[in-house]
Amino acid sequence: MQFWIIQGLNSLSLGGLLFLLASGFSLIFGLMRLANLTHGAFFMLGTYFGATAMRANSDLSIWTVAVSAGVAVAAIGGLFERLVLTRLKTNPLGQVLVTLGMSFIISDACLALWGGDSIPVPTPQNLQAPTRLFGFVFPTYRLVLVGCAITAAITLYLLLERTRLGAMIRAGVDDAQMARAVGIPVANLFTIVFCLGAGIAGAGGVLGGPILSAYPGLDADMLPLALIVVILGGIGSLLGAFIGSFIVGFIYTFGTALFPELAYIILFLPMILVLALRPQGLLGRLGA
Amino acid sequence: MASDALRLTDVQAFYGDGHILHGVSFALQPGKVLALLGRNGSGKTTCISTIIGFLKPRGGEIRLFGEAIEGLSPERISHMGIGLVPQGRRIFPSLTVWENLVVAKQRRSKVATPWDVDRIYDMFPRLGERHNQIAGTLSGGELQMLAIARALMGNPRVLLLDEPSEGLAPLIVAEVGRTIRRLKEEGQSIVLVEQNLKLALEVADQAVILNTGRCVFDGSPRELTDNDAIVSQNLGIFHAH
Repeated sequence: MQFWIIQGLNSLSLGGLLFLLASGFSLIFGLMRLANLTHGAFFMLGTYFGATAMRANSDLSIWTVAVSAGVAVAAIGGLFERLVLTRLKTNPLGQVLVTLGMSFIISDACLALWGGDSIPVPTPQNLQAPTRLFGFVFPTYRLVLVGCAITAAITLYLLLERTRLGAMIRAGVDDAQMARAVGIPVANLFTIVFCLGAGIAGAGGVLGGPILSAYPGLDADMLPLALIVVILGGIGSLLGAFIGSFIVGFIYTFGTALFPELAYIILFLPMILVLALRPQGLLGRLGA
Repeated sequence: MASDALRLTDVQAFYGDGHILHGVSFALQPGKVLALLGRNGSGKTTCISTIIGFLKPRGGEIRLFGEAIEGLSPERISHMGIGLVPQGRRIFPSLTVWENLVVAKQRRSKVATPWDVDRIYDMFPRLGERHNQIAGTLSGGELQMLAIARALMGNPRVLLLDEPSEGLAPLIVAEVGRTIRRLKEEGQSIVLVEQNLKLALEVADQAVILNTGRCVFDGSPRELTDNDAIVSQNLGIFHAH
């Protein structure tokens, strides 16, 4: 029983982490129609920034580090969008190649800067003690991670659906040219969206650090998971990304625990089935 | 020159290699309605697209109350005071009625009674009733009202109306006509592109006719209706009488 409960919690915490990764990817794709293959690298950059900052000063709170790393990654993302991606607005293949190339560049730069060894990120001291619930022992940090994902989901929902800024972003998605004609600075809004998506990935990278550690190849491990989440849940749907994250969290965790030799089949088969049978995903709007 | 609300001087515009506007010139006086008329393909919508900045002119000048706006971005032109009610309405379908209005809100100094959502709902009560409805589910007439209301939220100094009666039932067309008259009474400067000649000439102070991208008539509605040859040559099947 303890196995199922603990694996269940691991699934939830991985799901939470995946949401922090995939929500930004989904946001950027849904609003800007841009498949940002640099997204895994943004997540990894966040993890490395977090590992470095917390090794340099062990008194730093992981929350402060997550916010700072999020801002730093958002700034890098914003520069990349402004200087390169805006020039490729009508060139989807160019966007794919440029974001993939950027991902490789960040990956190699991290290897050069931080070396090939894995760098652990310490779990915050006040969250190291386990939590006892219903007679079971849970790692507290993983519970908190799920809370972080839920908070991020609610915040993003409110931002997009309940603020004027969110309505302006959605207006830009509906009809960018008309949005400009009513005075909405669409290009600036898209930069904000890209920064936001990159920033959430960067902050998620720090928060995932205590579970995953910073290591070369983390980006390549995470990007396919984000793609599966977004395709399963439905591109452009925040709720879809949320549900998809937890579905993938469960499939991946139980798949690797029960059938480690079939992990990738268990992970990718549902994605292929969804693409074949329901291309818009469970809750997607595109193509629906 | 500065007394004109909007003045086009020798505007040249192209779509790719296609030369669409061949030196279009006209001027709209403040608080007046200028009807821009012509057959399909005469360049009316291209002219509107050039004014709002969707299309950069390759020659000529466009001045808004004396300030040059040609070649600026649509958002800059909107901020300077041009409001657009485009052909086909182009409201934001996934936003609610209220959101369509608030995203277009712009403050402008020197406006005595600026437009806000309350004033819009007074003028268009149907929109007030559909406040929280997703705009994509509105009827054709409601969409047109919303498109006009959205443009007004920017407190435009000049309002461009491109085919506002297109595809609407006669009763709704009459309502559009009443709306334009009311805006005119409030001193709104308007460029009205219309296929419905009766509606256009009822509200207009001035009529300009385009034919293959050239101005072929610029005068009062009375002069136009008195000139059967101009009407039949340039407006085809539409007759003013």
